[in-house]
Amino acid sequence: MADDDGGSRRDFLYIATGAVAGVGTLAAVWPLIDQMNPSKDVLALATTEVDLSSIEEGQSVTVMWRGKPVFIRARTPQEIDEARATPLDQLKDPQSDQDRVVKDPWLVMVGVCTHLGCVPVGDDGDYDGWYCPCHGSHYDTSGRIRKGPAPENLPIPEYVFLDDTTIRIG
Amino acid sequence: MSNASLGTRVVRWIDYRMPIFTLLDHAVGSGYPTPKNLSYWWNFGSLAGLVLVIQIATGIVLAMHYTPHVDMAFASVERIMRDVNFGWLIRYVHANGASAFFVVVYIHIFRGLYYGSYREPRELLWIIGVIILLCMMATAFMGYVLPWGQMSFWGATVITNLFSAVPLVGDAIVSWLWGGFSVDNPTLQRFYSLHYLLPFVIVGLVVLHIWALHRFGSNNPLGIDTKGDKDTIPFHPYYTVKDLFGMGVFFIIFFAFVFYAPNYLGHPDNYIPADPLVTPAHIVPEWYFLPFYAILRSITFDVLFIPAKLMGVILMFASILVLLILPWLDRSPVRSAKFRPIYKQVFWLLLVVTVILGIVGAKTPSDPVFADKCPVAEVTEEEAAAIARGEMEEKKPPFCFQYVHLGQIGTAYYFLHFLVLIPLLGRFEKTRPLPPSISEPVLGGGTAAGAAVTREKA
Repeated sequence: MADDDGGSRRDFLYIATGAVAGVGTLAAVWPLIDQMNPSKDVLALATTEVDLSSIEEGQSVTVMWRGKPVFIRARTPQEIDEARATPLDQLKDPQSDQDRVVKDPWLVMVGVCTHLGCVPVGDDGDYDGWYCPCHGSHYDTSGRIRKGPAPENLPIPEYVFLDDTTIRIG
Repeated sequence: MSNASLGTRVVRWIDYRMPIFTLLDHAVGSGYPTPKNLSYWWNFGSLAGLVLVIQIATGIVLAMHYTPHVDMAFASVERIMRDVNFGWLIRYVHANGASAFFVVVYIHIFRGLYYGSYREPRELLWIIGVIILLCMMATAFMGYVLPWGQMSFWGATVITNLFSAVPLVGDAIVSWLWGGFSVDNPTLQRFYSLHYLLPFVIVGLVVLHIWALHRFGSNNPLGIDTKGDKDTIPFHPYYTVKDLFGMGVFFIIFFAFVFYAPNYLGHPDNYIPADPLVTPAHIVPEWYFLPFYAILRSITFDVLFIPAKLMGVILMFASILVLLILPWLDRSPVRSAKFRPIYKQVFWLLLVVTVILGIVGAKTPSDPVFADKCPVAEVTEEEAAAIARGEMEEKKPPFCFQYVHLGQIGTAYYFLHFLVLIPLLGRFEKTRPLPPSISEPVLGGGTAAGAAVTREKA
C-alpha cells in the first residue's frame, strides 16, 4: 500500500464512501423491485381443496389453483393402459405414467401448456389426450408431451388425498 | 426598433432572459438549414411526432374513465364506448393511433435503411431511434392488455411466458412480472402504470433523437453531405408547410379508419371478456408484431445446446437488436441506395421478406401454404396394428410445405440480409458515381453556376 505518498487514507475514504453509497443504493432499489413479486395475500391463496366424488369415469373437471387451471380427470382403464404401454424412449420428456399419478384413476395436472402458457383442450390431439391450439403441442393420456414445440410434460402439482374423495392441491 | 410591435418586444424580452425562441428557430424555424432535396419520405418523422402527441392526449383522457381492475376493466372500456361523451371517438382514435404510429415509424425506418440514414455520423441518432421502437413496442403491448379481453389476457400470457425460456431464473422472472402465479390483477395494474409512464419516456427519447438529428441535419435522397448554403433551404417555411401538407394527407387516411373501419385492425376476440380457463383457438398479436411473432415460432428445433423455445426468443429480440449494430455492418462508401444498384434490390427483397413474415405470423404454423390440406400418411390396416403394438414407428406423412417452413426461410433470409449481405455488399458492390453536390445536377455547370445563383438570390 502507498503509505509513503500519503494517499492511502484518502483512498480508503473514497472506497468506503463508494461502498456505502453502493450498498445504500441497492438497499433502496430492492424494495422497488421486490414489490412486483407475488404479495402475501396472493401467496396465501396457494391451496385449493377439491371434492372428487361427483366426477364420473372418463370425465374431466377444471379447477382454479393459483389463478391457473388444474385438470382433474378420472381416466378410463383404456387411457391408463395406453399411457402405461408407451415405451419411455418415445417420449420427449421421459417420465413413466406411474410417476405422474398418486392414486388411480385420478390424473391431476396443471392445465398450462409448457410452451407459452395456453390452456390445452381435452380429448383432442393425435394421442387422445390434450392439444394446445396456440402452437400445436400434443399431449398423451398421461399429459406427457408427444409432439409440437412444448419442451416438457404438463406439470403435476403437489397434492395429497385428505380422504378417498377429497384432494388438497398446493 | 421603437416601431416593433408589442408582441415582438415581449418575445425579445423573454428571449434575452431565456432564449427559448432562438432555440425553436434553430430547431424547426428559419434558423435550421435543411437539405433542399428532401422527398416526401422525409415527412414520416414529423408524422410520428404528431401521432405521439395524439396518443398521449387521447390516452390521458381515457385514463380518466378507465378502471385497472380485472373485474372492472372490460366493463369500464365498454362504458367508455357507450356512455362517456365522445368516448367511442377518443378510444377509436387511441386504438387506431397505435396502428398509425407503427405504420408511420416502419416507413420512417425503411426510409432510413434505403437512404443510409444510419451511416456515420448519424449512428447515435439511429440507435436512439431503435430504442424508441423498443419502447413503443412495450407500450403498445401493455396498452393492448388493458381492455382485458380474451386477446389481451392470452397475448399477455404468451408474451410474458417468453421470459420463462431464460435459463435458471426464467420462472422467477415470469412470476415477478406477473406478481403472482398467472396473469392476474397485479399484472393488469402494473401494465397500466407502465403504459402511462412509457410514452413520456418516449418523449424524452424523441428529444434526444431530434437533438442528435440537429447535430448534422437530415440525410437526403442523394445521401451526400450538404456543401454550403446552395444545398440547403430554411426549415421554416419550406418544410413546415410540407410537413403540414403531409399531416393533412395522413389525417384523411387515419380518420377513414377511425370512422369507417375502426375495428379493422383489431381482433373480434378482444370483445370477449378475459377468461383464464379458455384459450382462444387462434391467438395472434397485433399486426405490427406479426413478423417478429413469425420469427419466434419458426424455431422448432434445438440449436446446439440451446433449446428451441429459448432460441426463438433470442432470435425474435435479435431481429430488432441487429439494427443497433447496422451502422458498423454496412461499410459501403456510399449511403443512398440510389447509387447502390445491388443494395437497392436487396433492400426491396428485405421489405418483401418482412411482409411475408408478417403473413406467416398471422397463420397457423402447421397449415399448408399452397394446398387446402396437408396429406396424411397412408397407413394400411396391418401397419396400423403394428404401430399400436409398438413394433413399428409411426409413419411420417409426405412432406408438405407449411407456413412454419416459409417462416423459417424468411427468418434465415432476414438475418442473412443484415449479417452477410450488408457486410459483403459494403466491400464488393460497385457503386455508381456520386454527384459533387446536391444542387449541381439540378443547376448544372458545377459550383460556379450554383454560386452565381446564390449570389443573385442574396
